[in-house]
Amino acid sequence: MWSYAFKRAGTTAVTLLAASIIIFAFIHIVPGDPIYVLLGDTATPDQIDALRHQLGLDQPIILQYLTWAGHVLEGDLGRSIFFQAPVLSVIADGAETSTLLATMTMIWVAVIGVPIGMIAAVRHGTWLDQGLSGGAMLMASIPTFWVGLYLILIFAAWLGWFPSSGYPSIFEGGVVNLRYLVLPSLALAAPNAALILRLTRASMLDVSREDYVRTARAKGIRPWQVVRRHIWRNALLAVVSAFGFTFAALLSEAVVTETVFALPGIGRLVVQSILRRDYPVIQGVILVIVVVYLLINLIVDLSYRLLDPRVELQ
Amino acid sequence: MLTVRDLTVSVGPETAPVDIVAGVSFGLAKGEILGLVGESGCGKSMTSLAVMGLLPQPGPRVRAGRVLLEGCDVTQLQPWQRVEAGHGRMAMIFQEPMTSLNPVRRIGDQIAEAVRVHEGIPGAAALVRARELLELVRLPDPKMQLSAYPHQLSGGQRQRVMIAIALACRPQVLVADEPTTALDVTIQVQILGLLRELCNRLDMAILFITHDMGVIAQLADRVAVMYAGRIVETAAVDGLFGAPRHHYTRGLMDCMPSRNSGARRLPTISGQPPLPGSVAAGCVFALRCAAVRDECRVATPPRLEASQGHEVLCAFPLARGELP
Repeated sequence: MWSYAFKRAGTTAVTLLAASIIIFAFIHIVPGDPIYVLLGDTATPDQIDALRHQLGLDQPIILQYLTWAGHVLEGDLGRSIFFQAPVLSVIADGAETSTLLATMTMIWVAVIGVPIGMIAAVRHGTWLDQGLSGGAMLMASIPTFWVGLYLILIFAAWLGWFPSSGYPSIFEGGVVNLRYLVLPSLALAAPNAALILRLTRASMLDVSREDYVRTARAKGIRPWQVVRRHIWRNALLAVVSAFGFTFAALLSEAVVTETVFALPGIGRLVVQSILRRDYPVIQGVILVIVVVYLLINLIVDLSYRLLDPRVELQ
Repeated sequence: MLTVRDLTVSVGPETAPVDIVAGVSFGLAKGEILGLVGESGCGKSMTSLAVMGLLPQPGPRVRAGRVLLEGCDVTQLQPWQRVEAGHGRMAMIFQEPMTSLNPVRRIGDQIAEAVRVHEGIPGAAALVRARELLELVRLPDPKMQLSAYPHQLSGGQRQRVMIAIALACRPQVLVADEPTTALDVTIQVQILGLLRELCNRLDMAILFITHDMGVIAQLADRVAVMYAGRIVETAAVDGLFGAPRHHYTRGLMDCMPSRNSGARRLPTISGQPPLPGSVAAGCVFALRCAAVRDECRVATPPRLEASQGHEVLCAFPLARGELP
């Protein structure tokens, strides 16, 4: 167990190092300059040079990387050029929205996608299965911004049940502010729940053809108990890893939905920071996203161990 | 104990069914081992699955015929439906012990589950019976093995666990579909010995499906030889091996290597079995039969009783001791 933890930590460190170098290199290859974003077209060459020196952008790129990496190791991700605030606090603001949004989305995905996928699998070949699978295909094909706009139209504009945009922090307005996330999380859940539904269904059907399911049926236990005791848990293995990656993707890639609902999330933060050439924020956010992916990977692997006794942690 | 009458299993559309098992009939007496032998694709596994009510769905279906367990009609009933109807005392073991146990559940759990269904013993009390069953199948260290997972056991041990699961219903009939094919020869002998012993001790009838004539000779009391979905010859083991009456059976025996066959090439039965549904009239073996006559190609062969308890599906069977 401990040797597994050490090995795991080792590969994590190497991955992080490689990722940070790649992130740093690519950002500086992209043309554009944060100085012009900050000072505008009217700045004098003297002002530009002064600011460039102040931000350390006049130094060789390798030196810039080492300085940045050194600060990261001390837990300091630097200061945002645009916000004039610590990168960590900028990310923390976005992370609150993104984490809550992703979590709420995954709850929808779990309560909608998994049970309906199971029903489709148990009733496979019937009109019910065809309807559910077809519906899932449709949901997976519709772009989230379209779903988002219609959710706003129906539930915000016409019915007025939920707010249409923005997200005031729950730390300021209390848990009721979660209502701001209901519509965007539903929009995000639609395609993801559809994919999980189809994955659950396919996985259940695969498992139901296994020899041990036939053994279970031969014992004379009822069909739904065969599903509950023998098919479900084995089918879950494939679904669990999909859950992990979906969650990680939702944290970082919900840009379109965040834009439609004007949410201050991580996805929008990255895109806007890239447009502003806000190097420290981009580097910081991407580093955090890499860490999140590695963590979720670890959690998925550990949960495999819980679900499948054949998996040894080595 | 078990009577199967004119069992017909078909695939394809209702309007144009193709019979992969065509009118199979046999009986199984208390404590008797009937070997059902035939080459791959002859319908022997489909017969066993149809008897158990375990045909894969969607897929082949029982189109005609009856399966009677102790005189009660259990045709088309899945195992759970049979249990509900009070005819639960028939169980099955399978060819692949490596994949026939659920990899994520403990051995004890998987046996206890069957015990609960058949004995109505709730919860953990069923584990006591599970341990007894493991002792019955002579699995070493049964108490430890209850909490083991299938991947921690060898193939032979897993097949013993499968037998223990099957015994949970105190079966009167055990259907064994090639239970030793996937095992080493030494383990095979042990499992066959165990089945023979259980059959005698528990007065249980066994329908033993195999393609291995040697295993039949060693284990069975009676044999049914299957070809292209039909039983072509039924006899007591001694009668069949001593004097086969069907040309196909004779051919199968000639294919078996023996100690004094020397270095010569083993004879084979030329040709391939017909595809299901491809023989429109006459005998299904006509295409490959060395003694084929014109009538064989047009007239369905009769089922003749060659001697007491020895039936053969052939219009011109071999005489006793006759060479083809």
